[in-house]
Amino acid sequence: MSLTNDYIKSKLTEKFGDQVTNFEEPYHMLSFEAPKDMNLKVMQYLYDEPDLSFRFLTDLCAVHYPDNPGRELAIVYHLHSLVDNFRIRFKVFTDINTPDVFTSANLFSAANWMERETYDFYGVNFVGHPNLKRILNVDEMDYFPMRREFPLEDQTRIDKDDDMFGR
Amino acid sequence: MRPVQYNLTGENNIKLLEEGPEGYSGEGYFATTLDKVVGLARKNSIWPLPFATSCCGIEFMATMAANYDMSRFGAERMAFSPRQCDLMMVMGTIAKKMGPIVKQVYLQMAEPRWVLAMGACASSGGIFDTYSVLQGIDQIIPVDVYIPGCPPRPEAVIDGFMRVQDLVGKESLRRRNGERYKELMESYGIQ
Amino acid sequence: MSEQHIKLPEGSIGKQTTTLNLGPTHPATHGVFQNILELDGERIVGAEQTVGYIHRAFEKIAERRPLYQITPLTDRLNYCSAPINNMGWHITCEKLLNVKTPKRVDYLRIIIMELARISDHLICNSIVGVDTGAFTGFVYVMQYRELIYEIYEEICGSRLTTNIGRIGGFERNFTNTAFTKLEKFLNEYPKVLKEFENLFTRNRIFMERTMGVGPISAERALNFGFTGPNLRAAGVDYDVRVHTPYSSYEDMNFEIPVGSTGDCYDRFLVRNQEMYQSISIIKQAYQKVQEFKGAEAEVFHADVPEYYLPEKKDVYTKMEALIWHFKIVMGEIDMPKGEVYNSVEGANGELGFYLISDGGRTPYRLHFRRPCFIYYQAYEEMSRGSMLSDAIILMSSLNLIAGEMDG
Repeated sequence: MSLTNDYIKSKLTEKFGDQVTNFEEPYHMLSFEAPKDMNLKVMQYLYDEPDLSFRFLTDLCAVHYPDNPGRELAIVYHLHSLVDNFRIRFKVFTDINTPDVFTSANLFSAANWMERETYDFYGVNFVGHPNLKRILNVDEMDYFPMRREFPLEDQTRIDKDDDMFGR
Repeated sequence: MRPVQYNLTGENNIKLLEEGPEGYSGEGYFATTLDKVVGLARKNSIWPLPFATSCCGIEFMATMAANYDMSRFGAERMAFSPRQCDLMMVMGTIAKKMGPIVKQVYLQMAEPRWVLAMGACASSGGIFDTYSVLQGIDQIIPVDVYIPGCPPRPEAVIDGFMRVQDLVGKESLRRRNGERYKELMESYGIQ
Repeated sequence: MSEQHIKLPEGSIGKQTTTLNLGPTHPATHGVFQNILELDGERIVGAEQTVGYIHRAFEKIAERRPLYQITPLTDRLNYCSAPINNMGWHITCEKLLNVKTPKRVDYLRIIIMELARISDHLICNSIVGVDTGAFTGFVYVMQYRELIYEIYEEICGSRLTTNIGRIGGFERNFTNTAFTKLEKFLNEYPKVLKEFENLFTRNRIFMERTMGVGPISAERALNFGFTGPNLRAAGVDYDVRVHTPYSSYEDMNFEIPVGSTGDCYDRFLVRNQEMYQSISIIKQAYQKVQEFKGAEAEVFHADVPEYYLPEKKDVYTKMEALIWHFKIVMGEIDMPKGEVYNSVEGANGELGFYLISDGGRTPYRLHFRRPCFIYYQAYEEMSRGSMLSDAIILMSSLNLIAGEMDG
């Protein structure tokens, strides 16, 4: 049978009760949230359940909201069910001082580098990841560049005038 | 000063080939100074090292292909080993992670060596004014010719290559041992 | 001096296997990525990849730029097929801003995207040929890429990094010269593709070098997040153009070529067949474009004055057009609040754009789902057990483009 947003919502609330919250449908894609220690359980349920079977991890990224204390970093998973051609978005929020989230690299091998990239840019510590080190930036970098407080430009450059360049 | 210096006024007697260096010629001999002959030989047989990182590399491939052939200018053999090449063409964005590698490849080249920076990213960082991109390779190695463009058209690449040929042809044989060159190398920290 | 850049693991001198650095500058990798291979004689027992040598921080730049200034960034993701990235970005913006494009614009977009797909597959297949030692195919086929570049030049002025299109359509109507060049391409190219195929497909040397190299099963490919020709070579017929059609692809009639073992030979054949399918799609779209007559034949953009630059003669005479022009160029148009994920079928797979807007002038967060980054992880598993020379062929047949990988 073909999936609909309401069907998935009802199955999730049936299984997890009120731990899955914040059901929204921006631009027709179901988007929901769960506490950060339940992320693997929710994804495993979506993977195993025969009529849901979300077995393809399309994307994994993070977003930094500096204005929400206690929920600064959002880790966003985009899952895709190839059997029914249906996509959903699953978010997990965490505090910026203890950014520990369980890794999904054992469930989806695609998450391996995507989690390394998220660690590199935002500092999210994925617990249980086989090889969590920087992937795109230089290894000696000591800050997490995509966080909102850091500037885009290299502050030590001398040949470009910040009045004319930088925004 | 306009970048294009030739074919400006529509003259009809354009000489496509230079006649060769000045000298004294006669029946079966030609006498000229050593550096002119060496320059002539060097400039028409430059072996480039394509150091292609990104989009400019694809335009270089188009320049090397049959439509805008670069081997007409003597660059037939693209030497991929720095020990065997004369000209390092750096094409594409150089990130800070890649910088030490560019320097290492440059140091492996043997004198006389020239560097061509192709594209806006190699010349000055291009549109990527970010924390991770080196703002021009002349922060780490001395560059002889810059080709602007994003990416430069193959005709622009050929024009840049011809400028390198001019530089190679007119270089004095004593330049690499002179004081100014030594100061230039020291300012980059190269022995 | 070299140990600073190749971090040899502990105890690597005394062990039985050799560590070989297939470094970032290598003639056979068309891009800068590094592979540190563990070799037992000539067999590969392990591989570790390092990427990030061309990390240009696209996502951070995109947080400071209004929508039109992000289009040149998307060009430089997969620079061999830049129009697909541009169209994908514009379609994402249209989804966020609720803009509906007219049919003629959709068909013109299909023509451009399929030309870009042909151009990318040509590079990939001819470089696989060059890596096996056959240089002729590459030089012969580059002539036809020049024809594709000429078509792009007629439409947008630039060859490689095209920055083509606007939100809602194109910046100008396709000229008759562009259509003439397109017809010339459609007439001449299928024969050239047939000759290119004859050079490689039943060539014994090529077959022996690519069959059985780097196979991957469909389950592992899906788990690794493969999409595009690499996944189709493994046997799964997932194509974004069919499953979530965008830009009127549902009106086109085409097949999806599928392989069986997922090795290099299958990938080569799948890409070749996709080029034939692309030619058929372009012919269908071109025919449909020619069916628009009269006033409809002049339509090349949707009627969205807030996001589409008005014509210059209106800017100089009418007040509203002047104000819209100023606001769009200075980037002072607010976007609606929301988050959208949209994907298109890039030449390498599903290229996704995840755009979060908080109502300001620039995106709050823009994330690119880059297919090359995701499937390069599988390289270790695919190359285990093969020989050193197969490692090179595997890299080039996966069509790894460094600009997309690091981004």
